Amino acid sequence: MVVAGIDVGSKMAKVVIMDADRNILSYVMARTGTDHRETSETVLGEALEKAGLKRDDLEKIVATGFGKISVPFADDEVTQVIAAGRGAYFVRPSARTVIEVGAEESRAISLDENGNVRDFALADKCAAGAGSFVDAMIRYLEVTPEEFGQLALQATRAIPMNAQCVVFAESEVVSLLHSNVPKAEISRAIHDAIADRVIAIARRLDIRDDVLLIGGLANDIGFIESMKRELGKEVYVPEDYPPELIPAIGAALSAVQGVR
Amino acid sequence: MGVRVRPFECWDDFKRYRMEYYRNYLEAKENGSIRWAGSAWAFDPVPAGLGEDVYPLTGEPYGATAAFFRDFSMRALETIERKGAARDLCGYMRNYWGSVAMDRYLLADGAEIEPFPKPDFNFTIHICCTHAKWYHYAAELEGGVPTYAVDISVGPGYLLNDKKIEYVVRQLEDAIQWMEKVTGREYDDELLIRAVENEARSMTLWSKICKLNQNTPAPMEEKSMFSFYVMTLLRRSDEKVVKLYEKLYKEVESRVKRGIGALTQEQFRFVTDNPPPWPFLKVYRYLEENYGAVSVGSIYTFGLGAAWLGMDEKGENWIWEPAPTPEEAGYEIHDRRSALWWTAMFNLKYRASWQHEYSHWIRKQETYQMVKDWKADAIIMHLNRGCELWNMSTLEVRDYLVRNGISVATYEGNMADPREFDEARTFNVIDSFMQSLGIEKLT
Ligand code: SF4
Repeated sequence: MVVAGIDVGSKMAKVVIMDADRNILSYVMARTGTDHRETSETVLGEALEKAGLKRDDLEKIVATGFGKISVPFADDEVTQVIAAGRGAYFVRPSARTVIEVGAEESRAISLDENGNVRDFALADKCAAGAGSFVDAMIRYLEVTPEEFGQLALQATRAIPMNAQCVVFAESEVVSLLHSNVPKAEISRAIHDAIADRVIAIARRLDIRDDVLLIGGLANDIGFIESMKRELGKEVYVPEDYPPELIPAIGAALSAVQGVR
Repeated sequence: MGVRVRPFECWDDFKRYRMEYYRNYLEAKENGSIRWAGSAWAFDPVPAGLGEDVYPLTGEPYGATAAFFRDFSMRALETIERKGAARDLCGYMRNYWGSVAMDRYLLADGAEIEPFPKPDFNFTIHICCTHAKWYHYAAELEGGVPTYAVDISVGPGYLLNDKKIEYVVRQLEDAIQWMEKVTGREYDDELLIRAVENEARSMTLWSKICKLNQNTPAPMEEKSMFSFYVMTLLRRSDEKVVKLYEKLYKEVESRVKRGIGALTQEQFRFVTDNPPPWPFLKVYRYLEENYGAVSVGSIYTFGLGAAWLGMDEKGENWIWEPAPTPEEAGYEIHDRRSALWWTAMFNLKYRASWQHEYSHWIRKQETYQMVKDWKADAIIMHLNRGCELWNMSTLEVRDYLVRNGISVATYEGNMADPREFDEARTFNVIDSFMQSLGIEKLT
């Protein structure tokens, strides 16, 4: 049996092809673009090609992500929470708290010893705790995403950022730049502020070790450091797969084992 | 095999009463009657002593009705915001103020009437930081309506003593003199005594009805309960309301005996906590239709409208048992003072919603015990931005319940502001929650 998990997020679409023994045969990630349906067809086609398979070889397709309704060819769907929880447990079985920071929203999930979701909390009303906030900040600082994360590590002091909202944060960043505050310190302030907001969501749960960070922002070294500092504990990121791929892995697992 | 369901026989009676209630208030002046406005928590039996033709308009149910009619609500909210009211104030209050400011009055069926009928006086209580402000500003918008607020913040019922009751009774005595002055009417203590007895009967009857929902299948689901419980907030001291509850009690009791349930397939039982998002009651329908999930009760509908024993004397455990009526307690109401004393004591001690405002611990016990007693599989909590008071301990309670092995889901919204609700994301939360509990969607 070969299955596919597809996660259509607001920024990226990801596909995982998996066999019945839960081996990942291939995966593809691409920008979502404006036509979700077309994108999901394309990424699925590419992933199948990479695995040397044809569409007819697929026994089941499970979709997740905010754009899951734009995957009409999916046989079933699974919520982001379940997909992220399953994927996280698959890549790190010792994970008990999963923190996902995506482009538009962040969520925290608590897992039990068997990888079942025991509790979760979502933040979806504001971009301040999510990747789109970082995208905006990178634009103001005129750096690349990689530089943005690295810069934070070079900061010699912590300065607080008070704004709760992207719109106000923008003017705060501008005024810090005008006051000649080094970009490194501004970068750290931004990372700390996001970590603060994300942790506020996670604190609705009982934060137990291991803490696994997934989603696009888990690629940002500055953010990982801020999370460790603010949480006061070790924070892990997936080692073998990109952190934003995890929910697609969870969707594929759901296709193998059943959605519930 | 599915459960037998059938519509409530007394449904139309409740609906009719609610229609008449708003209309009576509207038309009161045509017959020289009196109208007053105030919080649904106000001591409703007290103005009743002014005569049999005294008609109230309670603010919270009015705000909820306005919110239900989204288009009206949007206009009301925007009108009052243009006057400077902040969006984070009580949602009910903003709908009420907006309605007054637009000079448009809403009937229970959504019909709009112009102008907004001004009350002869406002009579309210003060426990939440919103209450007194609500009617002071309403009075201003109405061009200067006499307003009286009774402070009831004396602490939870299990710590109640005579001195605290006396503090409230004296304010009520003053209120009567004040009402005589502002209306020019002579006060009738006999009417007060009857109203106080009716209040206790309405509220304890509603508690007994709520208790019947502990049965499986649950004879009522929460959407119906919203239509039933509200009588205790409209005019619980009215003899007609007592009669409605007597009828409902008999009907629910017979449903239990005959195994008539609220849903054909009761797959999952849950309770809720805060006021619901009135413009989006479809949350409940979504749960029912997709998961066979029935809301068997809530801190809101049970806590606001009913009278319960509440915290035990040590303040350790919450007891969801109906409070006694004066008759059951062997208390004789024979004059103004004894009537005022009873209504003060009864509300301060047995009104659940007046207990948990004082401590997280009380709310935790109250909620935990509700989940247990109503045999709920979970609680779905509304992180309601529309009400400061009720939302005060929501996350602490959530934490406590999770630690004690109870499944909890939360969703964000606003009980009375249609702009603050994200339907798709709320359904997504529900799906995630149900999937995490392994509950299958109904096919
Ligand atoms: S308790 Fe809530 S709904 Fe009632 S007046 Fe206060 S803020 Fe408004």
